[in-house]
Amino acid sequence: MGAGSIAIVGAAFLYAAILFLHGDLGFPVGLLSDYYFQVLMLAAINIIVTIGLNLINGFAGQFSIGQAGFMAIGAYVTAMLATFVVPIADFAVPFQILAFIGIVLVSGCAAGFVGYLVGLPSLRLKGDYLAIVTLAFAEVVRSIVRISDEISAGLAHIGLTKLAAQIGGIGGPRGFGGFPQLADIVIGPVRIPTLFTLIFISVVLTVVLARNLVYSSYGRAWLSVRSNELAAEVMGVNSTRAKVLAFVLSGFLAGIAGGYFAFVIRFLHPDSFSFLKSIEYLIFLYAGGAASLSGSIVAAGTLTILPEFLRVIGFDQWRLIAYPLLLIVIMLWRPSGLMGDREFRFLQNPKLRGRHAS
Amino acid sequence: MSWFGQAPRPVLVRLLAFTLAGVLLAVWYVYQYGGAAALQQLINGLQRGSIYALIALGFTMVYGIVKLINFAHGDIFMFGAYIAGFAGSALLGNGHFVAFAGALLISMAATALLGVTIERVAYRPLRDRPRFSALTTAMGVSLFLENFFALPPASVPFPLNYIVFGPNYLSFPQLIPVKYYSFGPIYITSMHILDLGLAIVLMVVLHAFIKHTVTGKAMRAVAFNTDAAKLMGINVDRTIAITFAVGSALGAASGLMYGMTYGILASPYFGIFPGLQAFIAAVLGGIGSIPGAVLGGFLMGVSETFATSINSNLGYMTSFVILIVVLLFRPAGLLGKFQREKV
Amino acid sequence: MLLDLTGVQLSFGGLYALRDFSLSVGEGEMVGLIGPNGAGKTTTFNVISGLYPPSKGVVRFRDQDLTGCPAHEMAARGIARTFQNIRLFDRLTVLENVQVASHWRRGYRLWDAAFRNSRFAEAEQGSDEEAEALLATFGLYERKHERATSLPYGEQRRLEIARALASKPSLLLLDEPAAGMNPAEITALIALIARIREEFGISILLIEHHMHLVMGICQRIAVLDFGVKIAEGTPDEIRTNTRVIEAYLGEPVENERRQ
Repeated sequence: MGAGSIAIVGAAFLYAAILFLHGDLGFPVGLLSDYYFQVLMLAAINIIVTIGLNLINGFAGQFSIGQAGFMAIGAYVTAMLATFVVPIADFAVPFQILAFIGIVLVSGCAAGFVGYLVGLPSLRLKGDYLAIVTLAFAEVVRSIVRISDEISAGLAHIGLTKLAAQIGGIGGPRGFGGFPQLADIVIGPVRIPTLFTLIFISVVLTVVLARNLVYSSYGRAWLSVRSNELAAEVMGVNSTRAKVLAFVLSGFLAGIAGGYFAFVIRFLHPDSFSFLKSIEYLIFLYAGGAASLSGSIVAAGTLTILPEFLRVIGFDQWRLIAYPLLLIVIMLWRPSGLMGDREFRFLQNPKLRGRHAS
Repeated sequence: MSWFGQAPRPVLVRLLAFTLAGVLLAVWYVYQYGGAAALQQLINGLQRGSIYALIALGFTMVYGIVKLINFAHGDIFMFGAYIAGFAGSALLGNGHFVAFAGALLISMAATALLGVTIERVAYRPLRDRPRFSALTTAMGVSLFLENFFALPPASVPFPLNYIVFGPNYLSFPQLIPVKYYSFGPIYITSMHILDLGLAIVLMVVLHAFIKHTVTGKAMRAVAFNTDAAKLMGINVDRTIAITFAVGSALGAASGLMYGMTYGILASPYFGIFPGLQAFIAAVLGGIGSIPGAVLGGFLMGVSETFATSINSNLGYMTSFVILIVVLLFRPAGLLGKFQREKV
Repeated sequence: MLLDLTGVQLSFGGLYALRDFSLSVGEGEMVGLIGPNGAGKTTTFNVISGLYPPSKGVVRFRDQDLTGCPAHEMAARGIARTFQNIRLFDRLTVLENVQVASHWRRGYRLWDAAFRNSRFAEAEQGSDEEAEALLATFGLYERKHERATSLPYGEQRRLEIARALASKPSLLLLDEPAAGMNPAEITALIALIARIREEFGISILLIEHHMHLVMGICQRIAVLDFGVKIAEGTPDEIRTNTRVIEAYLGEPVENERRQ
């Protein structure tokens, strides 16, 4: 069995183990409370976003710092569609899940499309200037949410009352809550938590698909742009198109993650997607190792769960300074990130099976 | 062939285009709200702009010399404001002038020390490393400063409980008497004069320092080509430390101005927003360019003030829209140099 | 004519890098481009490969006007080049460096790569085999999975050339391929270039400072000085051209004879 298959089996076991600890497999195990169950879901969401960010900042070597903007688009579109447009609360279980998947995919595509609009002109800018444009984009998204009441009023003014009502529901600075909840699937004593399962499958799919792209002509094109953009162009790589592609994909992934995020925390507010949130993902990416998929998984996972662990052992307020201190220590100790540009066995280049990929 | 990515046209043409756009907007505003309101907002905007300009100067100086976006700079500004507040309160009994001057000097010194320490501990070890290492560390430093100083004094052991600021707001002491001068429907306060005046004085001093002192020349040399500067015998480490000190001191002065102008420091997180605006200002003007930072700072201050007067949410958004527009037409910022990669 | 540069002009600020420069390269020809440092030789390559659009003049390739086309399009149409300072992709292996050059001929789309279907597998295998064959020709097959920048200097230079050939060009621009080489290596390089011409049947435009390399293998040589072509002809003609000698030595030949 190849390393990849072992990993998939391992993931399946992990899934089953988590469900067991959460008490869903019929045994009265209470080791994993609902709160920490939610933390696991957030960790998975963070992994998805970080992998997306890795494509543009890690592999393509750019500096995009507005991931929260894409998440916000995904979150709000999902919440809006699920609450106002497609009343999934009223659907029966299998249709509800399908509808939700559809909504999340649409949100991802919306975010990806916006990524295309933003990326095409911006990705010709160099380094730090690109960064500021992506930051500005994220803030503009937030501001648009903030003035949603005014937009809604304007739409009502010109007669689009239904659309106005839907946009008005976003609530601007008041926040947006009250979305329907996904019903879990119950089979006898076993309960399958729908949201968690969808998120888990999404993470696995994201890792697999990202890895496939990385070890293909696309990944090579990205790395060539990162290594030496001029030479890449001369060798026939349309560097702008490569960058835009990475940008769109990262937007799509962040959008999907945003959709899940909305349903996990069940209350959206423009401040949930501030620059601080974008910084979080940058930290996950660089602390794990840019251009290392394994690094993104490890960093996003541990840095989401670790602060909660600190909360458990009673260091709650120190959590807020321990976390940045930990980050500084990691960067000083391992400036290339925890994994550098190395990968776990199952994520290494399949052509180098058995050899150590340098 | 699209027009993006080509070599920039002469600076003059661009500046003319932007001033034209600005003039058109100004005309619309005056038509909508009246000339007096417009002039008042302009004055307020210049005041806010002078605060931003000083912070932006710190950003741009550090970037110019070590190519690092110091995410922690907004928090250095915050630190300066708090120290100025405490120093000012302590010295208030000795009269306004002493309180003001004392607050200014003490906070500039303390903040410079903080800046130099951060550089030494967190940034210097990563100087030869890929750019993102220092950037990530800067983000960590920023979060650390914010969260550390926001710790409630009651919950930390001695001696930290005297150092932290706590999560609540600080009322800034009134260090100079606030006087109003009216000119018809327009008013200018002593704060307007102080802010603009202090900013201009500091900029002039900075300019003289960079242009005419040996250290200033060293700073320019290191910014231009670090390796060559080293070979010329310049102590690069010391020069970089001085740059951080000066940049932080400017941020502290700006913090003092902010506290005196708005009277309240909301929390140790309050530096994030002005820091962000100043960062945008520095990029807008061309990051690494000192006159650019000044220009950008004032532009941001004025546009934010005008936009906020129309709608408070709009103010925030305008900064970013302006930035995007400027960068699309002038990818290196208004006064930035377009760095062509040598083949 | 394969390549036709007519009246090309390029200026930076007020400085003319190239002025009224015209050059032609025919099918299968081997043309040399020489001149003192700063004459505009690499700038010429930058114009031909699409990195700098000329301010004036026309670049025609295979009878099509490609003036101002971006670099990646020039590459797709069959123009490849190497760089004076080696520009290998440091984050890729030797094999991957070569494979990048065939990116636009990859033969599959995003969907195929993401889901690893048969179209992807076939195309990837073809790409691997093609690249490996090329590496074998250049004696780099053993190192195919090593980081490109971990190779010794001479092999890195060979890899540069191999990479350029991976895009199956009709015109190859070699920018100082012999820089930093000792006489033995240069002899090997001459043999390599001759073999490339034979095996791949391409035209080569060569910038070099090693005179005996240029004189030895080029059919025609053009000489640049301060952005202007001051001579063009066979190696023998160029060798004895007084203007050329002056340009390199910087003083009229008369004075030299008197000393």
